[in-house]
Amino acid sequence: MPIPSAILTLVLGMLLVLGGLWIGQNVNLLPVDASVNAPIYDELFRVLFSIGTILFVGIVGLIVFSLVRFRRRPGQLGDGIALEGNLPLEVFWTAVPAIVVLFVGLYSYDIYERMGGMVPLGHGDHGAVSATANANASSADVRIWGGIGSTQDSQTATGAAIAPLPIEVTAMQFAFLFHYPDGDFISGEMHVPADRPVSLKMEAKDVIHAFWIPEFRLKQDVIPGQPTVLDFTPTRPGTYSIVCAELCGPYHGGMRSSVVVDSADDFETWLQANSKTTPSEA
Amino acid sequence: MTITAPPPSTPSSTALQPNGWLRYFSFSVDHKVIGLQYLVCGFAFYLIGGAMAGAIRTELLSPISDFMPRDVYNQILTLHGTVMIFLWIVPVVNGAFGNYLIPFYVGARDMAYPRLNAVAFWLIPPSGLMLISSYFITGAAQSGWTAYPPLSITTPATGQIIWILSVLLLGGSSIFGGINFIATILKLRRPGLKLMQLPMYCWAMLGTSILVVLSTPVLAGTLIMLSFDIVAHTGFFNPGLGGNVVVYQHLFWFYSHPAVYIMVLPAFGLVSEILPVHCRKPLFGYTTMVYSIMAIVVLGLVVWAHHMFTSGTPPWMRLFFTIATAFIAVPTGIKFFNWLATLWGGRISLNSAVLFSCGFIVNFVLGGITGVALAQVPFDVHVHDTYFVVAHFHYIVYGGSVFVIFASIYHWYPKVTGRMLNEHLGRFHFLITFIGFNLCFAPQHWLGLNGMPRRVAEYDPQFALVNQISSVGALLMAISTLPFLWNVVASAFYGAPAGDNPWKALTPEWLTSSPPPVENWTGEPPLVTHPYSYGVPADEIDLNSASGSDLWSSGQ
Ligand code: HEM
Ligand SMILES: [Cu+2]
Ligand SMILES: [Cu+2]
Repeated sequence: MPIPSAILTLVLGMLLVLGGLWIGQNVNLLPVDASVNAPIYDELFRVLFSIGTILFVGIVGLIVFSLVRFRRRPGQLGDGIALEGNLPLEVFWTAVPAIVVLFVGLYSYDIYERMGGMVPLGHGDHGAVSATANANASSADVRIWGGIGSTQDSQTATGAAIAPLPIEVTAMQFAFLFHYPDGDFISGEMHVPADRPVSLKMEAKDVIHAFWIPEFRLKQDVIPGQPTVLDFTPTRPGTYSIVCAELCGPYHGGMRSSVVVDSADDFETWLQANSKTTPSEA
Repeated sequence: MTITAPPPSTPSSTALQPNGWLRYFSFSVDHKVIGLQYLVCGFAFYLIGGAMAGAIRTELLSPISDFMPRDVYNQILTLHGTVMIFLWIVPVVNGAFGNYLIPFYVGARDMAYPRLNAVAFWLIPPSGLMLISSYFITGAAQSGWTAYPPLSITTPATGQIIWILSVLLLGGSSIFGGINFIATILKLRRPGLKLMQLPMYCWAMLGTSILVVLSTPVLAGTLIMLSFDIVAHTGFFNPGLGGNVVVYQHLFWFYSHPAVYIMVLPAFGLVSEILPVHCRKPLFGYTTMVYSIMAIVVLGLVVWAHHMFTSGTPPWMRLFFTIATAFIAVPTGIKFFNWLATLWGGRISLNSAVLFSCGFIVNFVLGGITGVALAQVPFDVHVHDTYFVVAHFHYIVYGGSVFVIFASIYHWYPKVTGRMLNEHLGRFHFLITFIGFNLCFAPQHWLGLNGMPRRVAEYDPQFALVNQISSVGALLMAISTLPFLWNVVASAFYGAPAGDNPWKALTPEWLTSSPPPVENWTGEPPLVTHPYSYGVPADEIDLNSASGSDLWSSGQ
């Protein structure tokens, strides 16, 4: 019965795709999003999760079906069909993954740009840092490396000419220290105002560490001898963990800190209370 | 190209060998003995590495560091990774099966360089023992199996130096092996056997050996430079002396990414041998399978920097490595669809070898999907160095290679011992391995996405429950080795006699006695030009010079 089975295949295929899309949209595996680029990340995640679910369920379904349908029954002798290949079929399953991969690649390139990944690396003229109190750390010949999120673009994209808040992060075994050039003080906990771009310049004292805030979906290695930058705009007030993600020694697992996303007013109060100098207001 | 005939028997090299069990403990040059030496030695290290995994999972039962001191945790973690990769998977999927099967597949009586072959194996036990004994003597290396400087320069030097030495020796061993495989496949083929008639595992081993020979020396050079930094205070990678730590990462991953293919390509080859036999169907799409192996080799060499998306690499580099990495999914996908097509319309025996092979496909598909996701820079930036990655690579290396190793043992055990394994125990083994494995590693995807970094002895208490579930899975995996061990040991004595060819397979190793004689065939090796002609009536097979029945009878 060729026709009913073709219809059946079609229906199953549609169910598979719809089911995959539904799961991708509705099963949430991620923590809350708390920065401007987190929702962008989550969008990519949902797309990848949908495609992945469709592929996985489809292939596992085919295997289980084959194992049941084509299993050797008792008393059955002889071989299966002598089918050595089928060119159109092979072209098909070379082309389809190639197209899917290309689509995923282009799509994630778009995401990548929206997160600010395509801006060339800092050349030591990292605007935020050199514009403010910090002249000594960013001399022009120091090459500064940046990861995703390290861009002036993402700041303009998030609107307005708010100057980013500069923070200098020092990572060492086994703590992060946060130096606020506005106010010239060091804090063991990071405070940032909501909805204002923040610009981190990070240096490591001893070994490689990595600065990760899961709720911001951002991570950047902190490399000795090689300053790195990381820019982001927090959105959701609250307290989140800062996690060290690069093996840095025995207490690596304990190298955690927190970031407090305050309202603009709360942040101002906190800054005033800690400042050694009068904050240079932007 | 000149084709060398099988080497004449060299009485001096075989006659002086001890016989019986003793030969497995001697400097034998018989490729079959060496293959088994690799396998058993590798399995011993697997049990050791598994015990370490057990210790790690025990520590992670609770969020605080309470089971062992933190530096010991890092030592165990480093040893676990190193042992599993360099002493278990690489030697077994290459050395063990390659040695046992390749001479049969090319119609030779031994490998091209039998003595070099033995040397390659005998480098392994001492290096492995040296590596593990460093734990008891001075403390093992504690900078992870990646040994990133400056951590590897600042942690206690002795353990790190021993680690470097033993990895260098193991790398030497795989280079010797790789050269031998290339020479054997290209030069020792029986006259009349064309490259495109070789069983697929030969192609897989050819590709793998090319990767080994091209990339392992880079690792060796890198580690030698690292050891200079440690003992002679040079400044290649030491930022305090003007070195660059990211350069180490480039060099390291130039080997260690291809190492993943060194672990899975041979596994792909083995599955391609197992499935046609038990599905009674030709391997679907032989030619595209060959091309896809070579495509994986080429692409595998140009994707290393996807391990460094958070290291501060330039944007163009991230883009290039994203695309190159994602495109490996295409040739890999071809192989998976071809296996599915090999199943389709077959007469599949649902035995342990098939179950483990299909378990491999399921696991590897999931590992491959998370791999394509990880190739996307924006995605990777969040989950890099987290448990998501731990889950991903265990789906590849355990769900991929280890499942295939088990499938292969179920498939070739009758050939090696002349006895059958117990099928009930085998299926039971599969069931708990499959459940335990997925219970252990699937939840780790969630852990990584939600904020648990890898290589930590202590973690945020919100992750305790999921870690406990994962540890229960690990316990199941540990238990699952028991029926297997019992099966292989007991069946060697009490298993049902297998006969020469219990699966009625067509590849050449089955066309001789079980176990095979010292030089593989008592007469001339058979010329098998159609290793997968299942379902084809014998008189339709074009066997060049041989006749249809020769396929079955020659050499027996
Ligand atoms: C058999 C093949 C296996 C291979 C090739 C393998 C490989 C590795 C590697 C390379 C690492 C990373 C080590 C490092 O970060 O320095 C690792 C970590 C780990 N493995 Fe395995 N492993 C295998 C089996 C297992 C099994 C059976 C278990 C489960 C019980 C297991 C549990 C773990 C755990 C818990 C970690 C620590 C993850 C982390 O903190 O980064 N592994 N393994
Ligand atoms: Cu750290
Ligand atoms: Cu750390």
